[in-house]
Amino acid sequence: MAKGKKVPEKILRQVPFCPGCGHGIIVRLMMECIEELGYNDNVLIGKPVGCASLLDNALAVDTFTGAHGRNGASMTTIKRLKPDMLVVSYQGDGDAYNIGFSETMNAAYRNEKFTVITINNGNFGMTGGQMAWTSMPGQVTATSVNGRNVELSGMPIRVPEMIASSFDTAYVARGSLFTPAEIKKTKSYIKKAMQAQIDGVGHSLVEVLSPCPTNWGLTPLASMERIVNELVPYFPLGEIKNKGGK
Amino acid sequence: MSKVIVSKDKCKQCGYCVKHCPKQAISFSADFNSSGFKYAVVDDSKCIACGMCYTTCPDGVFEITE
Amino acid sequence: MGDMVKGNIAMGEAAIRAGMHIYCGYPITPSSEVMEYLSWRAQEAGRQFIQAANEGEAMYMVYGAASIGSRVLTASSGLGISLKQEGVTYMAAADYPAVMINVCRYGDGLGSLESGQTDYKRETRGGGNGDYRNIVLSPSTVQEAVDLVYLAFDLSEKYRNIVVILTEGALGQMMEDCDYPPMKEVPYYDWAFDGKYTHGPYPSQMAVDLHAKGIKNNEKRAAITENEQRWEAVGVEDAEYVLFAYGIPGRVVLGIVDELRKKGEKVGIIRPISLWPFPQKAFDSINKNVKGFISVETADSGQMLEDVALYAKKKGFGNVPCYFISSPPGVPKSKFVLENFEAIKAGKVKEVF
Repeated sequence: MAKGKKVPEKILRQVPFCPGCGHGIIVRLMMECIEELGYNDNVLIGKPVGCASLLDNALAVDTFTGAHGRNGASMTTIKRLKPDMLVVSYQGDGDAYNIGFSETMNAAYRNEKFTVITINNGNFGMTGGQMAWTSMPGQVTATSVNGRNVELSGMPIRVPEMIASSFDTAYVARGSLFTPAEIKKTKSYIKKAMQAQIDGVGHSLVEVLSPCPTNWGLTPLASMERIVNELVPYFPLGEIKNKGGK
Repeated sequence: MSKVIVSKDKCKQCGYCVKHCPKQAISFSADFNSSGFKYAVVDDSKCIACGMCYTTCPDGVFEITE
Repeated sequence: MGDMVKGNIAMGEAAIRAGMHIYCGYPITPSSEVMEYLSWRAQEAGRQFIQAANEGEAMYMVYGAASIGSRVLTASSGLGISLKQEGVTYMAAADYPAVMINVCRYGDGLGSLESGQTDYKRETRGGGNGDYRNIVLSPSTVQEAVDLVYLAFDLSEKYRNIVVILTEGALGQMMEDCDYPPMKEVPYYDWAFDGKYTHGPYPSQMAVDLHAKGIKNNEKRAAITENEQRWEAVGVEDAEYVLFAYGIPGRVVLGIVDELRKKGEKVGIIRPISLWPFPQKAFDSINKNVKGFISVETADSGQMLEDVALYAKKKGFGNVPCYFISSPPGVPKSKFVLENFEAIKAGKVKEVF
């Protein structure tokens, strides 16, 4: 019963993410979904500023170089002018929830019919592991060296829940990567999110809790353990909203 | 008969495949690959080509043939 | 004779006729009528319109729209254009075209609602980080505004460069006769993203050799400088004094020069229509014995004056004194400009350069 499995051909090269970084898995899931949905030749991916900038020249699909956090705005016009194209905004949590909070929320508010995948690794990876709005209470980062003080900086932000509860969008889910089963669930969320776009139901967003071993100062396996023990209790996994197809 | 092909130079030694292999068929090499990592080695006698290594690998090290 | 149309509305209609596919903007006085008009007119013409959450978001929408090869317009004023600058420099890095109308209001910060020319420096120097320049065109009548907006989309595409229409509150708000050019339907540009990866990894900003790209950009800027200088000149061949003024002050000074020349005074005007590239070729017909250059601007400090002095030097007029007449917010009064001109002639005013 074994089926062949091969990295999608649209991934041209290995991306130089750190050992154990979740980006590599999520990018592969995204490209698998695009391939399986038959959109290899009718797709545009919005690339953010952050670690995913390393995707430069890595994908053999049209890849838009977004400005810091602003892909919510840029994907809006692309999707409106090219409604038949699959438009996917691939963003880190710093990009989508900090600097691009306004653009991310406004696109969801308008129910723009594109798909957002956010990689939540609880810090600004590319710039050296500074505190993000997703950093956990007490988390040591480059800008919270004594641990995040939520009295001064607020509690970690849960954007998927905010969007699901406030805006009339099509699909919101949160997945993770700590077991093969979780990876498969995350893939199913990404695929459903893209399907919601293809069906014209509305805006879709999938957040993925992803390890950042380098900046967390943990081994890859210990990073996955941290996700299970510390992050999942605060960032619950599963579908948060599913309006269903047409 | 399915088989696992390992691109050893892509491996970054994260260990996800080693942990999640249901048959404990994967271990790290004694030597280093071109990037300086000890890379994943599959014991073909134990491997059932289930694809868990492909699923968990962030770096596209594994390919499962048909 | 065409219809009497308000400048802002006329520019909106000109964009529709030039084949604009989408407008993205955020309201701000005194530019708002551009988007108010397009909010219904775009739909009527089968085009798109989107009201963004702020000016910055509007510019990133422009960035996205340009990436797939559409003709895209945004309009704003003063500080609103400041908010757009991050998007503008990203678009410059990607060589994306777009047209941006600045219906300028006077002043720093919030500024005032009165007409002004205080954004000259930002528009002609680029405005954001990096080395790029926007093509900047400035009309002095509603008809010219229509013609320049219509032209701007073509220039923007030709050079893959943002074109700024720098006009003033007074022009945006006033009504004049104007004739519209014919309606164009333009397909999306074929160099752009089509979802099929037709053009490969473009634009790939982090991976490119930025210096090599910069050298190529210099060639583009040289071509624009050579080909796209636009100006109107009157009486410069025998002028003792040449006044420089663009936009609304340009037309005021044209009237003054006309009057003075009828009285026999040897005075001329250069009215730049392209502000970048600055019309340095206009210096070629100026009287070699000219006694002074005078920049008249609705601004506190001489912004265009610096360009006048720079190109005077380049064109062999390095010893000619350059004076500044600072006209207060609003439309310059002829009497005010004349009095200042007389003071300069009488040697009562020190030159700036």
